[in-house]
Amino acid sequence: MAEQTVDKTPAEIVSEAKQNKAFKAPELTGEIFMPRVEEGLIVKGVTADVKPHMAKPEIQAKLGFPETLVDNWEEVAVRKLGELLEKYKSLQVYMDTCVRCGSCTDKCQFFLGTNDPNNMPVARAELLRQVYKKYFTTEGKLFGKLAGAHRLDLKVLGDWYAYFHQCSQCRRCSVYCPQGIDTAEISMAAREIMDSIGLGQKYVNEILGKVHTIGNNLGMNPKALAATLESTEEDLEEETGQKIRLPLDEAGAEVLMVTPSADFFASPHVESLLGYAKVFHQAGISWTLSTAASEAGNFGMFIGNYNQMQKVASRVSDAIREMKPKRLIVGECGHAWRVAYSFWNTLIGPFDMLDPKYPSPQHICEFTLDLVRRGAIKLDKSANDEFTVTFHDSCNVARGSSMGDRPGGQFTIPRELIKASCNKFVDMDKDTIHERTFCCGGGGGLLSDEILQIRIQGAMPKMQALHSVIESDGVNFMALICAICKAQFTKIMPKYGIPMSVAGGVHQLVGRAIELGAKA
Amino acid sequence: MTGLTLVFSAYFYIAVDIFLVGLLLKIWKYAATPAPLKIPLTPAPKTTVGVGSRMFQEIVLFKSLFKSNKLLWVGGYVFHLSLLFVFMKHLRFLFPSTPAFLDNLVNFDLYTGFILLSALAFLFILRLVIDRHFYISVFNDYLLLGLLMCIATTGLLSRFWEGGGVRADLPDIKVFVGGLFTFNPGTVPDNRLFLTHFSLIMLLLIYFPFSKLVHAVGIFFSPTRNQVDNSRVKRWGPWTVKKPGRAGSPEPVPVQPSLIVSKDTPDS
Ligand code: HEM
Ligand code: SF4
Ligand code: SF4
Ligand code: SF4
Repeated sequence: MAEQTVDKTPAEIVSEAKQNKAFKAPELTGEIFMPRVEEGLIVKGVTADVKPHMAKPEIQAKLGFPETLVDNWEEVAVRKLGELLEKYKSLQVYMDTCVRCGSCTDKCQFFLGTNDPNNMPVARAELLRQVYKKYFTTEGKLFGKLAGAHRLDLKVLGDWYAYFHQCSQCRRCSVYCPQGIDTAEISMAAREIMDSIGLGQKYVNEILGKVHTIGNNLGMNPKALAATLESTEEDLEEETGQKIRLPLDEAGAEVLMVTPSADFFASPHVESLLGYAKVFHQAGISWTLSTAASEAGNFGMFIGNYNQMQKVASRVSDAIREMKPKRLIVGECGHAWRVAYSFWNTLIGPFDMLDPKYPSPQHICEFTLDLVRRGAIKLDKSANDEFTVTFHDSCNVARGSSMGDRPGGQFTIPRELIKASCNKFVDMDKDTIHERTFCCGGGGGLLSDEILQIRIQGAMPKMQALHSVIESDGVNFMALICAICKAQFTKIMPKYGIPMSVAGGVHQLVGRAIELGAKA
Repeated sequence: MTGLTLVFSAYFYIAVDIFLVGLLLKIWKYAATPAPLKIPLTPAPKTTVGVGSRMFQEIVLFKSLFKSNKLLWVGGYVFHLSLLFVFMKHLRFLFPSTPAFLDNLVNFDLYTGFILLSALAFLFILRLVIDRHFYISVFNDYLLLGLLMCIATTGLLSRFWEGGGVRADLPDIKVFVGGLFTFNPGTVPDNRLFLTHFSLIMLLLIYFPFSKLVHAVGIFFSPTRNQVDNSRVKRWGPWTVKKPGRAGSPEPVPVQPSLIVSKDTPDS
């Protein structure tokens, strides 16, 4: 299909990424604007040069990937693609069945934000499909370009590196695809192939290295973690006058809590951690965090590497064996919850050492809402009267997982919990919530500053939706259940003229509303 | 047997073989490829029955397309539905005397051929006029629509254009086609219009397994749609191979502990 736009060596890819100039966010109007060719707005390749940094050789080596681009990369990549086609039904089927109906073309926030047609989901997928056709299909071998087949050359590789890192694997396109094609699966496969030839992305691979060597994404060693929790505990006591604990590595606690490491000190993440602590305290349920499993996030998913994903997840099963808890609860994190809910049982299960009375793993929102419903904790809604709240459905929760035992629990449970914690709640436009939610623009391993432009542009649709409820209902708090969303929004919202205090966690609200002390 | 008969009979058998073998190989491949991780697009049904209903809505109603783009849904839906009707009406050529229900269908429905052609033209035009669709279309997309339009046009001419002589030759055509299906080909009627229509359809059959037309079977294997959202309660072996030909989900396979806690170097 589309002829290629870049002809660069990987070294140039790196140097270019560095020139990513300060990008100005568009003005918010509350409307999501559809770019049109006639207006000269769809420009092929406008973001072809916005590429993330490449992983350094030592990072690659740590993960067992080739350190730099291997000499026979075309051959290795094609072999890897063949392997993946045999491993994943999704990839095999989705390479064949796209009818190019175009129904996904206007659904991706990165296309809407960048106006680059290569960011239309089908075009993105076609970057890989053209190579599949060339090497694996009769149609491609016979008709070549006419069938949209293309050799894997440096240009194509450059495009892969750019556009498969402009996809947050949010699955929004799949909602609208009549064949169910999930571009996230395709972009995971493409990243896996790039890793296998030595073309890794710095941000994600570096973090995976940190998890393996230090134990969590933020690279917080056990000592620092213990010290942070201790001082946070002291602050908490000062603030509330109660001895609310943040227990670490306490074997025999009823609940093992696995949460993204950002919750330990990043802002506003830590507010949610305080929320969890207050909930456990007030409900009188013993709990513990764990140094071994001090990270709920699992970036192995972003690079489509099963072994990495399993290796990261196995820290959790190690912690279960060590701590012998009865229950396993996961904190506020989008992709972590997808991995936990949909993949953990397969990767590190069965959880037969846990109490079968409870779902394993359980989402913190499921846990807290259950306590609220049973009256085990009381929430004072008026504590949040200064806020008019809206809720952003994080895509990995919305489209890759569930909560409760009915389909759609992932939408109703957090909302019910929010409504129990505050008096004023409004939803954003129906095309931007629930399964149709737009991504924050920073998921899937894009949360890296050299591609800030992409993050700003990708956030545009959600920012418009938020702006619209800010104007109409005076919303001043957007509740989130994803560590990446929190980090992304606090950084991006100011660029759109929205104060960063508007982004916060669901358990931040819970933590403010919970009535401490007085037991019913 | 005349030379013409030989050529067209051979053409028929080769085309049908390529179609059947090609498509079966595809189905085999889709069925045999494992789906190690559960990736239903949520909210997804939590029961097999629920998934049945979801698949039904996707395949029979094009639900996702409806959600997405009404114009395309109308074009696509009308096209597929009229294709189905036209296909069913063709079944009458297989029987020496037309079964009653087909007869009724044929009498009742005179116009699906025209609707089919218009829907195809509509889809063709959409590709040209919507900028985003134009951008993603490749030559083969137009080729396929063109081929289908040619098939529909020659078919309509056969039925409504006396000059083509197909109606007059119909008894011979029936004998010929019926013969092909009973492995006893009769003499092919020397009617150019019919032979063109016939050849184009054979071309479509040959092209089918190698093109995006495999979406007709691929959609049944689409993991985001056909999986039950039950991985929190059910365990799936990492590389579970779905046995071809066996319906439903694979049984969970117990995983070796060594696999679970493996600290090996990752595969690269
Ligand atoms: C189970 C059966 C089938 C299902 C569920 C199905 C579904 C779909 C859907 C949802 C689309 C996208 C909408 C559109 O662009 O029109 C599509 C496109 C298409 N289908 Fe099918 N289809 C089936 C069988 C077939 C068959 C048997 C043929 C042809 C002989 C066919 C030919 C096409 C073509 C040519 C397109 C592309 C239309 C375009 O270029 O815009 N389909 N199909
Ligand atoms: S909606 Fe699906 S089938 Fe249609 S163009 Fe997009 S990926 Fe292809
Ligand atoms: S998965 Fe999300 S980011 Fe990726 S192409 Fe689809 S809509 Fe765009
Ligand atoms: S960061 Fe949040 S919104 Fe973005 S992809 Fe992840 S879950 Fe989705």
